[in-house]
Amino acid sequence: MPTRSSSDLIVVGAGVVGAACAHYAARRGLDITVVDRGPVAGGTTGAGEGNLLVSDKEPGPELRLALLSGRLWRELSDVLPARVEYEAKGGLVVASGETGLTALRAFAHRQARAGVTAEEVAGERLHDLEPHLAPGLAGGYHYPQDAQVQPALAAAHLLRAAGTRVRLRLGEEVVGVLTRTDGTVRGVRTPAGELHAPHVVNAAGTWGGAFARVAGVALPVQPRRGFVLVTEPLPRVVRRKVYAADYVADVASGSAALQTSPVVEGTPAGPVLIGASRERVGFDRTLSTEVLRRLAQGAARLFPVLARVRVLRTYAGFRPYLPDHLPAVGADPRAPGLLHACGHEGAGIGLAPATGAVIAALVAGDEPPLDAADMHAFRPERFHGTP
Amino acid sequence: MPDSPSEEGHATSYDLAVIGAGAAGLAGAVAADRLGLRVALLDSSGEVGGQFYRHPAPALGAVRPEALHHDWKAFAGLRRGLADSGVLHLAGHHVWTVAQDGELWAAHAVTGADGDGERPVCVRARTVLFATGASERHLPFPGWTLPGVVGAGGAQAMLKSGLALPGRRIVVAGSGPLLPAVAVSLAAAGARVPAVVEASGYLGYARSPAALAANPRKLAEAAAYGTALLRHRIPLRTRSAVTEVHGRDRVEGVTVCRVDRDWRPLPHTADRIACDALAVGHGLVPQIELATGIGCATRRTRDGAHALVLDAFQETSVRGLWAAGETGGVGGAPLARVEGELAGIAVAARVRGREALVRGSHARALRRRRDRMRAFATAMARAHAPGPGWTAWLDDATDVCRCEEVTAGTVREAVRDYGARDARSVKLLTRAGMGWCQGRICGAAVACLASPTGQEGGGQPALPPSPERRPLAVPVTLAALAALPPPNDRSHPSGHTPQKGPS
Ligand SMILES: Cc1cc2nc3c(=O)[nH]c(=O)nc-3n(C[C@H](O)[C@H](O)[C@H](O)COP(=O)(O)OP(=O)(O)OC[C@H]3O[C@@H](n4cnc5c(N)ncnc54)[C@H](O)[C@@H]3O)c2cc1C
Ligand SMILES: Cc1cc2nc3c(=O)[nH]c(=O)nc-3n(C[C@H](O)[C@H](O)[C@H](O)COP(=O)(O)OP(=O)(O)OC[C@H]3O[C@@H](n4cnc5c(N)ncnc54)[C@H](O)[C@@H]3O)c2cc1C
Repeated sequence: MPTRSSSDLIVVGAGVVGAACAHYAARRGLDITVVDRGPVAGGTTGAGEGNLLVSDKEPGPELRLALLSGRLWRELSDVLPARVEYEAKGGLVVASGETGLTALRAFAHRQARAGVTAEEVAGERLHDLEPHLAPGLAGGYHYPQDAQVQPALAAAHLLRAAGTRVRLRLGEEVVGVLTRTDGTVRGVRTPAGELHAPHVVNAAGTWGGAFARVAGVALPVQPRRGFVLVTEPLPRVVRRKVYAADYVADVASGSAALQTSPVVEGTPAGPVLIGASRERVGFDRTLSTEVLRRLAQGAARLFPVLARVRVLRTYAGFRPYLPDHLPAVGADPRAPGLLHACGHEGAGIGLAPATGAVIAALVAGDEPPLDAADMHAFRPERFHGTP
Repeated sequence: MPDSPSEEGHATSYDLAVIGAGAAGLAGAVAADRLGLRVALLDSSGEVGGQFYRHPAPALGAVRPEALHHDWKAFAGLRRGLADSGVLHLAGHHVWTVAQDGELWAAHAVTGADGDGERPVCVRARTVLFATGASERHLPFPGWTLPGVVGAGGAQAMLKSGLALPGRRIVVAGSGPLLPAVAVSLAAAGARVPAVVEASGYLGYARSPAALAANPRKLAEAAAYGTALLRHRIPLRTRSAVTEVHGRDRVEGVTVCRVDRDWRPLPHTADRIACDALAVGHGLVPQIELATGIGCATRRTRDGAHALVLDAFQETSVRGLWAAGETGGVGGAPLARVEGELAGIAVAARVRGREALVRGSHARALRRRRDRMRAFATAMARAHAPGPGWTAWLDDATDVCRCEEVTAGTVREAVRDYGARDARSVKLLTRAGMGWCQGRICGAAVACLASPTGQEGGGQPALPPSPERRPLAVPVTLAALAALPPPNDRSHPSGHTPQKGPS
């Protein structure tokens, strides 16, 4: 039974990025239809840890997007209910040896020039910030701008707070994109019928490449797998997000596809989350004991008290990866009316509000809150012609 | 029978690793051993026997456990078979995952009574037999968390291992063939059972006449339980359900309603029965997370659970991995024994390259018996499938997830207002299923409430489309994970992947 429905904007994907696009578009008075083949936050958003980070980003377009997002998240924390678990808890990056610390210091200095607040913490002072950290670490940096949110709740409440301007169609897969004879987009098709709108946003996350193909354009989004370990609930033994700086020194080294670096954080509900691994193995969910071994070793090295703690659960998620590690955000000149907001890899929770604000501005015909050079860096057609 | 891997050292590998030492696993291990395979048998409990052949704990020195078992003899035979075999029995080994390890499979276990033992163990084998049994299906209703409410199977198990009664006046309720058995055991142990309350009608079996005719022993067994119920003056109420439990600090009584075919309570049929305990069970669900974790395909059973897809010789969809007993669909101990033996033979045929073993007359006879009993199991599952109307028993204040104290109202709100549509999205939005039990208790109920038809409590049975992913079958300490053996020969896909952020 075909249904007719029209709105100003169709958002494909009800992850945190799609939710943020809908949220900011609704604030501008647009009518939005959000379509997802599953539930809200059923994709990678449901697997994300919810760190809103500036600490891990090199100066450049992504860092500027993250800084803008950080401000927007702070604003949102007043608008959204406390249930989204927004916490401005700060991040702590630690270095075990002098080499790591030197690299970290240089990195932090460059970040500081780009607007990041980074405070050096001497080795013997680390325990004032995190009493359970392992002894003997060389030092670290505290990043007070790092924050955290519960991703699935954030997505659900971003949509809910947008009010009646947002219509949700869940359990409905977008299987086609409708175009006029001149190639401009005029809506999408789902098994339930056609939905009409002059703008369609690809917020399909890790499946953004597949959806781009449906729309007739190429976008090389690929899954980059990550495992998370979830422990039994604990009293707060880890206060901030804490991770090892080794990765900063390691960026260019190692040829193994599997990368792991210990990332440890407590949650308001009690369990400690332990990451992070990255590997490109397609959409394979099979448990990798090697990943578990490395994550467990890394976490117990940072926080020896965790060794006796039980892991209740582990799960894999698939980060939406683009070859240059930058998201695709903006209008697609190859298909007028189509916009992309996907490919945020391991930072989509953090980058969602700024992405949503950019997309909403573009759809409303306004200037986006980013400068032209950054918009250029995120342009979705940049991979055109590369295989 | 060796019982310590240290006799051989951990580097050695086995032909077969059997996980679970219940009826199915014992039969499989013994059969494979007789055919000359090197077999390791891992089980989390301290003794063999599984759920059915539960011993009274040795310390209690109970006499005559046979009184509780009609086919204790079969078990005694298997136990003797094990004692006389070369099977390495690893008791107290909780297997938390099975992973591929080159040409072999690695069963990773932790030891110690409650899984936090120091020593992680890895058993490598050319093949694996999953014989991990089933667990009880729990459906919530107002009052189900009160002390005095126990699982029907749990009550049976308590009786078998500790000989303790959960109360003195015990209502037995839910659905499934276990209920009359539990009621009779409780009564025989001295409890008063004011009623057995069965939500389905036994007429459901009439829809599978062939399966009934082929299994005369099952009918005789049912008749025997019927007679025993009469003897103990236990009334059986079919098409009825306990829809509420009353009591302040513990059970003082229950409300029983007549229900329609969909298990929806019929108006003006509520009736109160005084009791001090309720043994409630809505059937069993296969425990298959180890197998699904490594990619074995599943099918939906007639009562909406998930069971492993198996071929004619008990092999799963993943070559080299077999399953027997409840993991392939709940069917009882005699079926589990037959399947275990068949699997043991099939594994030996593969490992030894002796195809003739599975074509022999013994294997053929086992297959026939298996098929006959499976048909009955299917009829049973169909007759006792939870009706979609059970969600009407819940009021919004009823806790659905007891670990995280999430109510039915909260789950319904997540679906209505926040876009949840399945157990996973409900979990992410409400924490239902995130606690200690990891959704093992509330998962089925949450899935029903989350699915669009479950909301109205009508339409088709509202059941989860795929089994929940639970890659860790039991909790494991970080220390145990950190002590995992490093890969000796790991061939990674080549290519340099620069590392970016930490998250
Ligand atoms: C282990 C792990 C840890 C992470 N930790 C963090 C972190 O700490 N901080 C951070 O910022 N990021 C983190 N990330 C990354 C973050 O989770 C993602 O970048 C982010 O969730 C992407 O959101 P999204 O909305 O773009 O995609 P998704 O959440 O995947 O949403 C896409 C949606 O599109 C739907 N869809 C796809 N195709 C169609 C179609 N054809 N029709 C209809 N619907 C469709 C899907 O069903 C899905 O719901 C982590 C990721 C992983 C895997
Ligand atoms: C609580 C309960 C009570 C029951 N009571 C009765 C009854 O009274 N009468 C009746 O006819 N049937 C009863 N059953 C049904 C009974 O399960 C089967 O009839 C029969 O036991 C099936 O045999 P099996 O070998 O498939 O599984 P089981 O006998 O259940 O054996 C499975 C074995 O696997 C082990 N195991 C599971 N997971 C792991 C793991 N991760 N690592 C290591 N070991 C593991 C368990 O410890 C167990 O010993 C009951 C079932 C349950 C769940």
